Amino acid sequence: MSAGAIPLWHSLAGGALIGAAAVALILLNGEVAGVSGILDRALHRSFGEQSWRLAFLLGLVLPAVLVGPGPISWQASAPSLAAAGLLVGFGTRLGSGCTSGHGVCGIANLSLRSLGATLTFIGTAMLTVACRHVWLRQ
Amino acid sequence: MTAIVAFLAGAVFGYGLLLSGMTNPANVMAFLDVTGDWRPALAFTMAAAVAVALPAYALTRHYGTSLRGHAIRTIDRTRLDSSLLLGSAIFGVGWGLSGICPGPGLILVSSRTLEAFVFVGGLVAGMFAADAVRSK
Repeated sequence: MSAGAIPLWHSLAGGALIGAAAVALILLNGEVAGVSGILDRALHRSFGEQSWRLAFLLGLVLPAVLVGPGPISWQASAPSLAAAGLLVGFGTRLGSGCTSGHGVCGIANLSLRSLGATLTFIGTAMLTVACRHVWLRQ
Repeated sequence: MTAIVAFLAGAVFGYGLLLSGMTNPANVMAFLDVTGDWRPALAFTMAAAVAVALPAYALTRHYGTSLRGHAIRTIDRTRLDSSLLLGSAIFGVGWGLSGICPGPGLILVSSRTLEAFVFVGGLVAGMFAADAVRSK
């Protein structure tokens, strides 16, 4: 697992931009910037009143399409990633949110529910990584 | 107007994720790897995002509408039920296996690699499965 050092200002400015996007969505549209919820509803109904969700998702991928997604070091094989995707999709819907909806917007909205969700998914993610060390004897 | 705001917000969100480095699964793993070579960068990104969004949510709670007059759907902020905690726990396992959550997952599709396609395929299938279970 290699990770280059990320300059502090990249972390902070990147986070500030994510926050700014959440601000624009709640103040101007009255909507929460939660990617899993937006994706889920866009999959079911993405026309008319719902078309803003598709617009958000297109905007989300636009910078990476224009400038490239940057360096990527995959942390699992393709079959493992398919299984991980299933767990992420199932879990975020059952739990009503992901890193953006609960971790950023929910906590910013002083929601105890979102704080509980965020501590839970960060906790099980850290535990999963620790277990992987033991099993793979890394 | 609503769609234009959403498109621009999406683009700013996507650029922020790229700048933070959190579209690279290795950087997410470095934050989750508390028993190894732990790096706090993801926490700084999350803290900055929350700090910027806090005042806007306080305003929204105060007025109950967006600046353009949309009624804000009331979201339960207190109930810690079993679906919330079980779902979040399952999400965390998938996140820990891959280092990818939904936003970065979608962005990684721009790499047009097998890994990104199978992750997002699983993501979508998992969402449909959860919706099927929840509607029962």
